Amino acid sequence: MGKVIATRLARLVATLLAVTFLTFSMTALLPGDPVNAILGVDAVRDPEVVAKIRADLGLDDPFLVRYVNWLGNAATGDLGQSYITDQEVITTISQRLPVTAQLAFMAIIMALILAIPIGVLGAYKQGKWQDSTTSAGVQVALSIPNFIVGIFLIWLFSVRLGWLPASNWNRISSDGLVENLKTAILPASALAMTQMAIFSRLVRSDMIATLQENYILAARSKGLSDRFILLRHALRPSSLSLMTIIGINFGALLGGTVIIETLFAIPGVGFRLINAINQRDIIVIQGITVFIATAYVVINTIVDLLYAVVDPRIRKG
Amino acid sequence: MTHHQYRAQGLAGNERRKLHCSHHRKPDNGGTRVEVWQIKGGVVSSSAASDSHALLSVRDLRTHFDVGGDAVKAVDGVSFDVHEGKALGIVGESGCGKTVLSRSIMGITTASNASTSGSVKYSGTELVGKGKRELRKFWGEEMAMVFQDPMTSLNPVVRIGRQLTEHLRAHKDLSKSEANDLAVQLLTWVRIPEPKERLSNFPHQMSGGMRQRVCIAIALACSPNLLFADEPTTALDVTVQHQILNLLAQQQQERQMGMVLVTHDLGVVATRTDDIAVMYAGKIVEKASTSALFSGMRHPYTQSLFWSIPKTSEPKHTRLSAIVGRPPNLAALPSGCSFADRCPYVQPICREVEPQLQTIDSHSFACHLPVGSSDAEAALSANISAGLPQSEGAATRREAHQGTFT
Ligand SMILES: Nc1ncnc2c1ncn2[C@@H]1O[C@H](COP(=O)(O)OP(=O)(O)OP(=O)(O)O)[C@@H](O)[C@H]1O
Ligand code: SF4
Ligand SMILES: [Mg+2]
Repeated sequence: MGKVIATRLARLVATLLAVTFLTFSMTALLPGDPVNAILGVDAVRDPEVVAKIRADLGLDDPFLVRYVNWLGNAATGDLGQSYITDQEVITTISQRLPVTAQLAFMAIIMALILAIPIGVLGAYKQGKWQDSTTSAGVQVALSIPNFIVGIFLIWLFSVRLGWLPASNWNRISSDGLVENLKTAILPASALAMTQMAIFSRLVRSDMIATLQENYILAARSKGLSDRFILLRHALRPSSLSLMTIIGINFGALLGGTVIIETLFAIPGVGFRLINAINQRDIIVIQGITVFIATAYVVINTIVDLLYAVVDPRIRKG
Repeated sequence: MTHHQYRAQGLAGNERRKLHCSHHRKPDNGGTRVEVWQIKGGVVSSSAASDSHALLSVRDLRTHFDVGGDAVKAVDGVSFDVHEGKALGIVGESGCGKTVLSRSIMGITTASNASTSGSVKYSGTELVGKGKRELRKFWGEEMAMVFQDPMTSLNPVVRIGRQLTEHLRAHKDLSKSEANDLAVQLLTWVRIPEPKERLSNFPHQMSGGMRQRVCIAIALACSPNLLFADEPTTALDVTVQHQILNLLAQQQQERQMGMVLVTHDLGVVATRTDDIAVMYAGKIVEKASTSALFSGMRHPYTQSLFWSIPKTSEPKHTRLSAIVGRPPNLAALPSGCSFADRCPYVQPICREVEPQLQTIDSHSFACHLPVGSSDAEAALSANISAGLPQSEGAATRREAHQGTFT
């Protein structure tokens, strides 16, 4: 076990190095200058002021030097502060990552609650009307963009019914869980839609394969009910690729909920990240990237460990 | 008293079995009889009313698969009986329909392109045409199956202990500890060492032979009256094969179960079953008591199978080398006898007229020139001198096998 954790940690460090280096070089390649954002577009360009700012921020150092400097600071836990707002990156992340993580988590859970029964039903009734109906529904869900779903949800639940706020974010810490959920449920549902479609397709196809297995026939010949066989015998062996996708999509959601965050005016990571990119605020981009990449690796490590829980044959290897 | 209460009271399986069977055997011993019928969920009760006393009575069973408009006649008009406490061996080459037959009888075929007709009576109750819901009452409790490949017939992600008793627990409210005790008992019956420790194992932690023992234990768990064993040892090491077969035969004897033992090795059933049915291309071509069959087999196919029984001195893969050619395509069976292309005795009439099953002294066979008849002798000599490949060497093989079987 100690060895496993050691390799995981080594892998995490390697991933972080690669990811931060790539982001750093990509942002360095971008045209544009943080100084513009700092001074404002209309400001009079006093070359001396510009030069001073650039020197203060270390923007004139060679790219590698800047990266190594950043890395050195990051290694000591100092992710720096925004060029533009002067806010500590770590503060930005601690405020915003929990928001996005909560949205992603809720989206995945809601997607699973729907996807597993739909996928199981589709596999069990393969080719019958239950299957074709749900498959068609899933297809539709897959082809509607998230923000359209979001707009529809806002129209229905905020405008027409007036049940839920159309935008904004209540924090659990200051407003309590119920108020928090009131603002979280609509954006999470909008995100869940696509995930539900992806998950249920996966469950269906893996389940169809599992139901062909000999041990399913054997379980049938024991007189077990179909329901019992589906849930107790077939679901677990059918959930390995589902777990992989959950891990990947959770990571993707952490960095990719920007449209929904914008639509619902949610102070999440994605929102901030786009801002930072526009302003060439490399320090903020780097800091957020580090956290998302770490989350990715951690989540996928958890998924790997869960494989062994789901399939005992993996435990030994 | 319910089924599982017998177990809970700690009655060993054999005692309980005997008790159980004695009621079956002597149905007129008064009050206890009713009790036994109740134990078995009332399903057996119609056996007295039925004119057939067979535990299992299969009549003209057909299972055809629709493959692109063609009918693959995997089972094509099969009839036989299995009596209580008796074992029937079904023997035939790979692909002749043995698996489809046993699954069709139980009604567990899942293929959507399959259609089954004919009659399967279990203790007088017709099973063909019954829905899944009704058939499920028979599965596990009345009839159980041991599958061909123990490597794939146990769920890899479910612990042995649960797989052993989940079907019992599904039907009866068995507490966890009762179920555990029973699981240990079951593993002991199939002679698995350290049964308690095994309960928490997953299938991949056991050898093939051990897994098949577990499968047998699972099949025995509900004390079925009828056990199907579909080539239970084909996937196993030669050394383990005998142990498993003997275990099956012994359990069948002790529990006085009906058993259908499917195999492609005539040698396997020779000492372990009461009757033998030989299957070829979806049909039964010869059927007799084991002793009658071995004292005088009438069908050339049976004889060829007999010649191909692996001798212990020969390596395993030489089996079936004695039969020339391959079984026919079940979607396009030739007219006449389907064995004609491979039969050492074949004559023109064989390709024109399909031989019907005829019964002489309860020995049935479907052949125009049954082995042992003077017609057959003449046909064989004629074929040998005509240089028919499948006939060549037939005489010497027969010489070689004369009296070799014990
Ligand atoms: N779903 C299906 N569709 C079409 N053909 C099928 C189907 N299932 C089985 N068959 C065919 O039925 C025939 C009999 O198969 P079966 O498995 O019963 O043979 P078997 O005697 O058990 O052979 P083995 O010794 O190899 O197990 C085979 O030719 C097989 O291809
Ligand atoms: S009927 Fe003819 S071909 Fe068929 S088994 Fe008998 S002798 Fe051979
Ligand atoms: Mg088979």
